[in-house]
Amino acid sequence: MAREIDLLERQRRLAWYLILPAVFVVFLVIGFPLFQVFYYSVLKYKLDGVTPASFVGLDNYAFIFSDSDFWHAVWVTLVFSFFSVTIEAVLGLAVALVANSKFKGRTILRVAILIPWAIPTVVSSQIWSWMFNDIYGVVNVILANLHLIPHKLAWLSKPETALPVIIAVDVWKTTPFMSLLLLAGLQLIPGDLYEAASIDGATGIRKFFWITLPLVTPTLLVALIFRTLDALRVFDIFYIMVGGQGNMATVAVYNQQQLIQFLDAGVGSATSVVILLFIMIFVVLYTRFSKTSFE
Amino acid sequence: MNSPKHSLRRNAVRWFSSLLVASLITPTVFGAGATIRFAGNSDVGEGGRLDRALAEEWAQKTGNKVEYISRPNDASATLQLFQQYWAAKSSDVDVFMVDVIWQGICGPHAVDMKKYFKDDEIKAFFPRIIQNNTVNGKLVSIPWFTDAGLLYYRTDLLEKYGYKEPPKTWEELTEMATKIQDGERKAGKPDFQGFVFQGKASESVTCNAIEWVYSYGGGTIVEPDKKVTINNPNAIKALDTAKSWVGTISPLGVTTYGEEEARNIWQAGNAAFMRNWPYAYSLGQDPKSPISGKFDVTVLPKGGPDGKNAACLGGWQLMVSAYSKAPDAAADLVKYLTTAELQKKHAVDISLLPTLPALYSDPDVLAKNPFFKNLLPVLENAVARPSTVTGADYNQISTSFFQNVNKVLTGGTTAKDAVVAIEKVAKRIVH
Repeated sequence: MAREIDLLERQRRLAWYLILPAVFVVFLVIGFPLFQVFYYSVLKYKLDGVTPASFVGLDNYAFIFSDSDFWHAVWVTLVFSFFSVTIEAVLGLAVALVANSKFKGRTILRVAILIPWAIPTVVSSQIWSWMFNDIYGVVNVILANLHLIPHKLAWLSKPETALPVIIAVDVWKTTPFMSLLLLAGLQLIPGDLYEAASIDGATGIRKFFWITLPLVTPTLLVALIFRTLDALRVFDIFYIMVGGQGNMATVAVYNQQQLIQFLDAGVGSATSVVILLFIMIFVVLYTRFSKTSFE
Repeated sequence: MNSPKHSLRRNAVRWFSSLLVASLITPTVFGAGATIRFAGNSDVGEGGRLDRALAEEWAQKTGNKVEYISRPNDASATLQLFQQYWAAKSSDVDVFMVDVIWQGICGPHAVDMKKYFKDDEIKAFFPRIIQNNTVNGKLVSIPWFTDAGLLYYRTDLLEKYGYKEPPKTWEELTEMATKIQDGERKAGKPDFQGFVFQGKASESVTCNAIEWVYSYGGGTIVEPDKKVTINNPNAIKALDTAKSWVGTISPLGVTTYGEEEARNIWQAGNAAFMRNWPYAYSLGQDPKSPISGKFDVTVLPKGGPDGKNAACLGGWQLMVSAYSKAPDAAADLVKYLTTAELQKKHAVDISLLPTLPALYSDPDVLAKNPFFKNLLPVLENAVARPSTVTGADYNQISTSFFQNVNKVLTGGTTAKDAVVAIEKVAKRIVH
């Protein structure tokens, strides 16, 4: 009996030794920078290499929460995230269903749908912003020639038109990722379920709502979490397509502006912390939701 | 006794020891060659290609090495990159090409150039630029080429529509641009624009807008005595005037244009007027350009008959990093690049404006750029952005200024509200 406990204890200790390097690495690459960000966020700290840092408590947070630009950035980020993720989920599921069915050239299609995802965002955003150029852009030329718009539009100059354009570009780019994840989920559904349903005389629509959708929901939730977290941190598309236009900044753009443009490590770090908490809320909501839907 | 094997071993020892000694001596005896990393002009334009060649020339002559680092095309993006080098006190770059407005920011990270330039050498440059580049008595950088906002106009179109001379005021420009645009569009050019400028929410629109505001007598946001003046009726009038161009004589998309976007339209022959920097001159006069020989430049219009001519002062300087491991060689490169001879090459080859006033009467320079002869008074009266007085905080003021001006142009806010918003930020920073 005693020897058994001893063995168990030894194994437990061994387990600790084995994961120790990993814990150390995690601390080094995640724990330490995270701690540093928290620390900087309570300092008045300019990165100009001359002004010394000083402790200011929660002043940086007070500044951010009283800054209307920040709240505007939160709003832009939420609008962008909601629409892009919703549209991507619906389109992604549709594409995944098509890619999952058996037909000729399926492999080619599966590769082809990945192309937008494979192009670096910086490159594709720049290409899209040229395509939406008001004078030479191909979008304006086509729409004007088809008489769908009365005159050429400056798509990227106003939030009313720029935001839908940016959401569309993001949908174009990220739907493949969504469909790839969902395709993996679809392939896990056993084929005999559909056979049984067919024998029972279920229609295609019925099969979709009673078999496919419930069984793909866990994958869908994971995909949604991934995408929402990504969307909440969106930076590159906005930075490339609308640059410094203050009324179209996302929280990440706001953060970059404080930290890199104004070299304000204090306010910049505090913004990072706020973004972290902000994203955490979504993670908690998602995990709550996924728990209640499976228990 | 002295077996051949033995002497071979001894020889080998001698050989190795002499090699070892030689390898220790070589760098100090033959190694005048420092490697200077030079962050110059963007490689995208022709300026970068020329500068790379000029720096190479210096390297060949002096036995040093140069590694040329291209910078982003956009000035704001460049500053963000450079600030990271400076914040890290990095010795990775020895010579930086820096904007006229960054002097307050880069001051602490620069070597005092007075160590390398004699007083009479410094006096040969435009005194106002030297003054701008002197922060707390330290000469932060040496002026390399200067810049000022200019009005480009199509001589052929002005003649066609019965105008004898370029517009004197913004009101005249609006009227002329409207007439020419209407006429050209009816003549089968639906994309023709009256006036293109830089409306993009970046430093570009700061330059344009400070010209509008100053030309109407609205000051320069923050005055040299640290007084915040932007909230005044003249500034509001200037911004309202600019707003009235968007969607009438200027394309709606002008609010997303930087220098190159405006120049592309202009050089394709699709605009009657353009506000731009001098670099667009030689590109437009290229024999392959559709508008070659059909345009000229002049000073930007006044804001109304009682207004002033305003040209935003721009230009680039060369600075030696305080963290450089070879500051002497780096300063030598700066000296080489800023000599009259090389500035002349810059002026003749790519029509960059020299920082030595003497070159504005040089026959070779004028033969290539006849418009230079009118520029001396423009440059002497150029409007500096409030970067000296705001120092490292200039970025924050400029960002508030360009975002609010851009918002006015796109109709997102009124000029009246915008100046209040800019004033609020400026007052928070300047005290």
